Amino acid sequence: MLIKRVQLLGRSGLGFLDNIGQAAIILYHAIVGKPDWAHGISRLTQQLYSVGVLSLIIIVLSSLFIGMVLALQGYTILVKFGAEHALGQLIALSLVRELGPVVGALLFAGRAGSALTAEIGLMKTTEQLSSMEMMGIDPLRRIIGPRFWAGQISLPLLTLIFNCVAVLGGYMVGVEWLGVDGGAFWANMQSAVDFHADVVNGIIKSVVFGSVVTWIAVYQGLDCPPTSEGIGRATTRTVVYSSLAILGLDFFLTAVMFGDT
Amino acid sequence: MVEVRDLHFSWNTHIIFDGIDIAVQRGKITAIMGPSGTGKTTLLRLIGGQLRPDSGTILVEGEDVPKLSRQELYKLRRQIGMLFQSGALFSDLSVFENVAFPLREHTSLPESMLHDLVLMKLQAVGLRGAHELMPSELSGGMARRVALARALALDPSLIMFDEPFAGQDPISMGVLVQLIRLLNDALNMTTIIVSHDVQETISIADYIYIVADARIVGSGTPEVLMKNGTAWVQQFMQGLPDGPVPFHYPAQDYSADLWGTAL
Amino acid sequence: MMKMRTVEITVGAFMIASILSLLMLALQVSGLNTFYKEDRGYKVKAEFTNIGSLKVRAKVSLGGVLIGRVVRIDLEPKTFNAKVWMIIDPLRVDKLPIDSRASILTAGLLGDNYISITPGFNDTEFLKEGDTIPIDSTDSAVILEQLVSKFLAGQTNGNAKPAH
Repeated sequence: MLIKRVQLLGRSGLGFLDNIGQAAIILYHAIVGKPDWAHGISRLTQQLYSVGVLSLIIIVLSSLFIGMVLALQGYTILVKFGAEHALGQLIALSLVRELGPVVGALLFAGRAGSALTAEIGLMKTTEQLSSMEMMGIDPLRRIIGPRFWAGQISLPLLTLIFNCVAVLGGYMVGVEWLGVDGGAFWANMQSAVDFHADVVNGIIKSVVFGSVVTWIAVYQGLDCPPTSEGIGRATTRTVVYSSLAILGLDFFLTAVMFGDT
Repeated sequence: MVEVRDLHFSWNTHIIFDGIDIAVQRGKITAIMGPSGTGKTTLLRLIGGQLRPDSGTILVEGEDVPKLSRQELYKLRRQIGMLFQSGALFSDLSVFENVAFPLREHTSLPESMLHDLVLMKLQAVGLRGAHELMPSELSGGMARRVALARALALDPSLIMFDEPFAGQDPISMGVLVQLIRLLNDALNMTTIIVSHDVQETISIADYIYIVADARIVGSGTPEVLMKNGTAWVQQFMQGLPDGPVPFHYPAQDYSADLWGTAL
Repeated sequence: MMKMRTVEITVGAFMIASILSLLMLALQVSGLNTFYKEDRGYKVKAEFTNIGSLKVRAKVSLGGVLIGRVVRIDLEPKTFNAKVWMIIDPLRVDKLPIDSRASILTAGLLGDNYISITPGFNDTEFLKEGDTIPIDSTDSAVILEQLVSKFLAGQTNGNAKPAH
């Protein structure tokens, strides 16, 4: 009985490794190679639009609300210690180090990641990828490549916008509404936030998240069973796996970047 | 032109092909038929190099397909046209752009020449007037014809059809049947059709292979098969409901099921 | 294909928005200024017996005004004193008297350590690039534990003859 369980565990472990290996090979074929300068830019632009620009609304709205809530909650706690002048740095540090990269990536996975998986899954199911292959055109370079780069580029940019809008939202609530001193708000923030240690590290996080989320999304789309329920399940898997990967990597990256300061 | 020798292929413990030999003659229409699920589409994928066999050789124009490198394979595929069951048009491109796609990718023809070529291909399938429509605006039969025009864009020497007649109304069916025969002869191509629509296929096929249970169970010209086939082949070709493939799924005695005892 | 123009325009706008965000984050949020560049000031060293929790990039101020930053912290191998390198902005103060004092203070009750410079009285000689403020002209950081044990020792001494 126990042997059977161990066997199953072993098989699923091997299956997992098999998936990772396949995903790595697919990524390699999609991005390695001489770039097609003539058409590549326009394909990339098209993908940047559907992956990046179309995610702007959810990113901007969410970041606005998160910034505002941070200001509200932060104020409520800080005012008890008479430390409400530190609100600016509380908001800025939380956002730039953690919330911007992580929440931004989670939203991205939900909106852009699932859209990518669904689109690629649909192309697989309707045999568009196969027919492209049979026409002698590598769908990995043509279809997957631009989408991967678009995701990789979009997420850090979206994170920058996220951070900026959220800080402004926090300013609106903290200074305009709750009455924290504007000068103190910005001055304390500026002295507490270090560009290289905080902002840049946050961007590095978002670059890592960008690769991982887009990679998962693209692989799930390619690997899904070519049926309509297959696509649905693959989309769900993209969101779940991406979220877990983001949170896990965040812990690891935070420990490395901010651990010993 | 295409030779398959002693092909073995299995998928997840199912044996799909257990020693298959097929010879496709140049300039002729060869049909591969059999009940659904016997792996006919898989055979096309093996010929096109999308899948690798466990053992055996697949020769296309003298090249051993499973042994080709990625580059060589992509080169070979430019001489092969393939029409998938669902048409598989690119949903974000217009009809014109779909047919132009292989030309744009593989050639650097000037736009005016490309324009004329695309319209000629569409004319051959009777859809020149539809060149500005989007795939979502086409009926199933029309989509398939556009896909055919696209498959013909690079003037391939081999063209493969995966279930071209499935689910078509009588008129589209008739159109397709005619087109396949005409184009094969006019363009001097070699055609492989995979289908289980017996009537349509035998009306145009020059040679037929019947695949079942991972093997070839019959082969020959349509007339030969109709007269001399085994009982199984006869049942298949004539569409008889009962014969070697039984109507009833194995079950216990009927009266036992209904009343609990055998009479 | 006409949609392509809209696509390109929006992607361009997206890029610009993110660059603006980056600028805002750099300037407004993190107050990135050029102070960190090593070629913008003159280096002065100071030796301390204990630097407490002083870190690189800590403030150096005179009378509360920011005049520089800590750029490097080393251990002097012979005397086992801490050697702290600071960059002073010449636009703020280009003539620091050579007998100035450097003290490590704490910003607020629980804040970080920083260096406070108290100017000396020498009118003729000033600190130049590479000069050191010697150990007897510096005040090391106050370590809370040492303060507490001093206090307790003082208390016990004071209560040396308790009345039972």
